[in-house]
Amino acid sequence: MTSFTDGEWHRLHPLTPLLRGGIAFVAILGFFLYNVRDILIEEFFGASSGESEPLVWLYESEYFWLAIVGIFVVLAVVIVGYYLAWKMNTFRITDEVVEVRSGIVFRRNRKGRLDRIQGINIGRPLLARLLGAARLEVNVAGQDANIKLDYLSSAAADELRGEILTLASGTRIAAAASSSVAGGPTGIIDQRVSELLAPELDPNLAPPESVVQMHTGRLIGSLLLSGFSLFVLALIGGIIWGVAATGSYLFLIGVLPALIGTGSFYITRFTRSLRYSIAGTPDGVRIGFGLLSTSNETLPPGRIHSVQVTQPLLWRPSGWWEIKVNRASTSSAKGAAGQANTTILPVGNVDDVRKVLALVLPNLTDEASVELLTRGMLSKGGDDGFVNSPSRSKVWLWFSWRRNGFALLPGAVLLRQGSIWRQLTIVPQARMQSASLQQGPLFRALRLAKVRVHTVAGPIVPSLGGIDAAEATRFFREMADAAIESSTADTSHRWRSGENAPPPPVAAEFIGEPSPEVVTAPEPRVAEKNPGEATA
Amino acid sequence: MTNRLDLPEITWHRVSPRYIVVDVVSGLVFALVVVGAGSAVAYFTGWAWLWFVVAAIAVAFIIALALTPRRVRSIGYQLRDDDVLFRRGILYQRFVAVPYGRMQLVDINRGPLDRALGLSELKFVTAAAATGVVIPGLAEADAEELRDRLVALAESRRAGL
Repeated sequence: MTSFTDGEWHRLHPLTPLLRGGIAFVAILGFFLYNVRDILIEEFFGASSGESEPLVWLYESEYFWLAIVGIFVVLAVVIVGYYLAWKMNTFRITDEVVEVRSGIVFRRNRKGRLDRIQGINIGRPLLARLLGAARLEVNVAGQDANIKLDYLSSAAADELRGEILTLASGTRIAAAASSSVAGGPTGIIDQRVSELLAPELDPNLAPPESVVQMHTGRLIGSLLLSGFSLFVLALIGGIIWGVAATGSYLFLIGVLPALIGTGSFYITRFTRSLRYSIAGTPDGVRIGFGLLSTSNETLPPGRIHSVQVTQPLLWRPSGWWEIKVNRASTSSAKGAAGQANTTILPVGNVDDVRKVLALVLPNLTDEASVELLTRGMLSKGGDDGFVNSPSRSKVWLWFSWRRNGFALLPGAVLLRQGSIWRQLTIVPQARMQSASLQQGPLFRALRLAKVRVHTVAGPIVPSLGGIDAAEATRFFREMADAAIESSTADTSHRWRSGENAPPPPVAAEFIGEPSPEVVTAPEPRVAEKNPGEATA
Repeated sequence: MTNRLDLPEITWHRVSPRYIVVDVVSGLVFALVVVGAGSAVAYFTGWAWLWFVVAAIAVAFIIALALTPRRVRSIGYQLRDDDVLFRRGILYQRFVAVPYGRMQLVDINRGPLDRALGLSELKFVTAAAATGVVIPGLAEADAEELRDRLVALAESRRAGL
């Protein structure tokens, strides 16, 4: 297998044209041939089907040969076009950038800096999976800033991901050292089958088992107990009422497509989340989704800008939670179907939440922090390590004033809100962009204030209203100082730049250590500045 | 007034008093357009109640204009060792702290009125849209010097995203 990280230009998988859209073309061709077959049968056996299909009509008209020539010209142009598009689409990976050139008439050249990589996603749509191809997408910070390599051969995609991450991590390990592919099955069919059945996580690079197991029952339960289900129930109730009141079934026709859509929403969401997996690797958290079409995303350390743990009221009896994150990039790949890929845990119990939090926030794994995080989720309030709203804020926060509060941990800001919709927002201080302290006339009358933490855009807007004005001011000051301190100490843009160990032993150690414990997750920041940083 | 938020240890740099003119004029233009449009609709349709609405809006604008000097005086900033502190607002107070290392770019904007009075507006952009720090009413030379200084500071403290 050639190594793609040698700085030379490489081409994509030869089946790329077929996978990218050629499949529709093949289908049209098949349809065409199928019709031609009818004509041929009619010609040689004289058995008329009696249908006046367009092709039959064309066959009988005088333009027949002209049409045939035209079709062949179109065919030739399309095939040559796809071939050229493939030929002109090249990519290269150097120590600093990932670069892609594409386009026949309008050339396009896109470069992404390795230290700005926010995540690498490997997607395998069903057809590509059967053909042993995969789509690699490198997400760089920014809107629509994705560098797509579709398609590569499945094994090459996995290998390339590892190599890009190694280059991006700042370790100067020879890329070839990590690319020792185990001698697996040899035949092409065998290889296909073993790839199809292989666990979503590459056993070489990650602990084979996910730290969280998705239970089918829990998944179904969480889908049924969602706000969307309430909406569907209300809709069905409305329909029944409507039918009963009017006695006419006519308007059912209008509702039917919506119901079918609802069904498919549940099914896709279910099948996508079914094989959910999450695991820590030396180069970040790896999250896999999907039953038939799979996707598998690696988030390097320090790429998560905030984390939110939420529990809707309906999930409370069963103790389920959901985890979302803010990221600086927008990937075109979806997470658990329909949801954006910012949902990193579709549903899980408190234990699962702890495990996932330990992966995404590896510096909050000491006992005190875990304790505080748990209280942030479950506590009803009171003197529990959080600075909560005073009782005069009842006017504003009717139910949640006891729980509404903040806490500062080394390296992170915790905001706890809501007693009906419980939520805990965690912002790593090294990722804070800025912080603000606000007060409007109502809060001023109550001697309250609001604190906001500004992070990159995403589903989470970390803000906390209704805290005591003096406490808020203190919090704002401490947060501003902590943000500076953490961001100067932070080296996660080159997350392993501190390691200058000789290549082979390090690589071997990472490969041969399949412990799923959180300890393997890398520290996102190095406490003191190291000399290697200046060169990064 | 004791309830107001304050950071007593900070000595704020205030913006140029000339900015009051800019703010008043642009506010006045906007008010005239809105009130004029409202009056026109009220006049041609003959809806009596609309006059009350227009009058209420006009009163609100007059109050806002009367408070402009105070509002402009409330704008302040200070460059600390590692971050910029910014404040504005009287009724709705807002304090923002932006570390230098987080600045992605610094904009200088100058409208026609700003130009006539030799003023500039400085805007900080971070990776978060919510940061929203805009310092209006800086003297032109000050703004440029400030920008260069901020860019240099941001460069020396550059961190990842």
